[in-house]
Amino acid sequence: MKTLKYIGCKLLRALYAIGRFFKKLWMHKQGRIGLIIFAFLAILAIFAPLIAPYDPYDVTQRAAKGSTPSWEHLLGTSITTGQDIFSMLIYGTRSSLSIGLITGLVIAVLGSLLGVAAGYLGGWVDTVIMRIVDVLLVIPTLPLVIVMTNVLGTSYVVIVIVFAAFGWTGLARVVRSQVMLIKNANYVKAAEIAGASRWYIMWRHILPAVSNLLIMSTALTSAGIMVAEAGLSFLGLGNPTAISWGKMLADAQSSGAMLFGHWWSILAPGVGIFLSVYSFMRIGLALEEILNPRMRKGSNMLKVFKHLNNTYLEEVFASMDDVSKMKGEYQAPSPVLEEAGPSDIAAEMAAPEGAAVEEVAAAGVAGAQAAAAGAFVPAAQIAAAEQAAAEAPFAEARAEDAAAEVNAEKGGER
Amino acid sequence: MTSNEREPLLKMEHVSVAFPVKKDFPFQKKRYVKAVTDVSLEIYPGETFGVVGESGCGKSTLANCTLGMQRVDSGKIFFDGQELTAMTSRQLKEARRSMQVIFQDPFSSLNPRFSVFDLISEPLRIKGGYTYAEMRKTVGDMLKEVGLSEGDMDRFPSDFSGGQKQRIGIARALILKPKYLVCDEPVSALDVSVHAQILNLLMDLQEKYHITYLFISHNLAVVKRVSDRAVVMYLGKVMEYGNVQKIFKNPAHPYTRALMGSIFDVDIDCPRERKRLQGEVPSPINPPPGCRFCGRCPEEQPCCSLSEPPLVKIEEDHYAACFLHADRAEE
Repeated sequence: MKTLKYIGCKLLRALYAIGRFFKKLWMHKQGRIGLIIFAFLAILAIFAPLIAPYDPYDVTQRAAKGSTPSWEHLLGTSITTGQDIFSMLIYGTRSSLSIGLITGLVIAVLGSLLGVAAGYLGGWVDTVIMRIVDVLLVIPTLPLVIVMTNVLGTSYVVIVIVFAAFGWTGLARVVRSQVMLIKNANYVKAAEIAGASRWYIMWRHILPAVSNLLIMSTALTSAGIMVAEAGLSFLGLGNPTAISWGKMLADAQSSGAMLFGHWWSILAPGVGIFLSVYSFMRIGLALEEILNPRMRKGSNMLKVFKHLNNTYLEEVFASMDDVSKMKGEYQAPSPVLEEAGPSDIAAEMAAPEGAAVEEVAAAGVAGAQAAAAGAFVPAAQIAAAEQAAAEAPFAEARAEDAAAEVNAEKGGER
Repeated sequence: MTSNEREPLLKMEHVSVAFPVKKDFPFQKKRYVKAVTDVSLEIYPGETFGVVGESGCGKSTLANCTLGMQRVDSGKIFFDGQELTAMTSRQLKEARRSMQVIFQDPFSSLNPRFSVFDLISEPLRIKGGYTYAEMRKTVGDMLKEVGLSEGDMDRFPSDFSGGQKQRIGIARALILKPKYLVCDEPVSALDVSVHAQILNLLMDLQEKYHITYLFISHNLAVVKRVSDRAVVMYLGKVMEYGNVQKIFKNPAHPYTRALMGSIFDVDIDCPRERKRLQGEVPSPINPPPGCRFCGRCPEEQPCCSLSEPPLVKIEEDHYAACFLHADRAEE
């Protein structure tokens, strides 16, 4: 009874953690879009027989082949077999999502197991696993998948196995590096001193610490697998008995949908592929931002730029005020210029103006670099750059009139 | 009663530990960081044994050796009459049940994903044989013991301040009622205002449960406050060893004197000759020949760099390794 209560307590806490996780994702703007699309697609996939108006596998009963969209057939029927395209679209969600999710999960399990083993156990286990990773990473996957499906037959099981067998390497490397950080933490040492076994430490301390990484990578790899599956189906290497978006595209192309102008039969599966991949990418990227504090919203490139721009302008105005106060410094060369002949003035002016232009360019580059680096530029540095920039109008002013008052006025106006 | 009449809880005999250094280029002669060299000491049950020294002088390695977490290159360690250095890993796991450790940094020593109950009950769960209700009760009692309330059990470490986190760490260390506790600079990461609270808590708990502490610190004032006996280490070697009161009253080694000269506290009543040490701690990869401290020692003699000074008895339970006292070796 007590243990039951304990298990119940743990279960509740796990549910709470999952709920909190989804809440975080929901609060993230991009993540919310991904979640909504994913939920929509999941409902379509689960309740496909209820939602789809026709049986898409039924190729014998439809008399009207290649019909245009109507209320009866929302997206028309296919040209060669007369299947209802709208129903096919809905059924296609099933294969795409299931392949993506199952392969993503298998990759997560494989990658985490091998990555944790390599990182925590170290020694020869680490060496063996990492050498295998090195070998697998340099093998190009797609040609290999084409060969494998030719040899082993085109079924979804083969596709999942092949993608999983070659997809875990990147994840294992990332997990390994994370584990090597965590295993030196003092709480792991405390557990070791208390007599914990390696299994206990891996299960209780290390796996939870990399779980965030696993969820994120599952979302992102799933998106990649979905695209790859569509590509394979398009090439005719998918499961020939199931309906998938890639196969719909291949059918539409081979039956000459473009010639007949049936753009909807090409666009529909394309939109399906786009939506599913987009939702997974959104969720994955949102998770990355949530879980990786360095990628928080605050460091968004555009925001940094905007923020910097505001301070930048303020600094510009501030530096100009300073310049207009420091009259003497800029007037100094003018008497010399007045004494020299007019031709000399022109000659002399050409050089400083060129220099000034260069300085302005340098200042601009410095400002752009600062903005690109996304860091706060020390005020002094900006002020210095701006002084160089502010000298340009003065140079022009000198060319027109060397009088000090005009100089000051120009500076003030700007 | 003098401590020599009692059976020591922990005894180290000529323990040395060296870590191999990565070679800069192939075929280079193998080099070692000599973290601990030829250390012999005895820790008696119920006392607090201080370990003092600059950073990198082998304090933590010494503590790891006593916990069986660090393989020993030579020498023997006896814990409670059993030879720790000859144990199999299974026996070692059993022996470690009666040892625990408190870490310097309370922030990294508590898993942020665990609730306070999970953290403190972890040793119980690893040992096994406790029901959930028993664990709840034990953890609740322990929390009260260290000055937290039972209601904190389901909160997470991030909800607590540094001092409170250190209390949680102490509760976790004491939940199995260990005989021997390593305190690895338990207060140096905390605010000065909570130093005294944590130290007093440790001393109260020691009195209650008769635990032996190995207290690592680089703060002499803290060591003087809490420990009964102490060892002063420099570059992995024992410089001075014995009763804390005797060491502070009559520091025999120039290094100890230099350390005392650098104490900031105002209420330490020890002879204060401010002799600032020259230079940096030499690399432990190739320590200076002879006495490790020569080159920085203000009272260096010609013989210091020729041979290593032996540990000689200055008085009862007070030893120092310095040629200044070499004349007493014959006694």
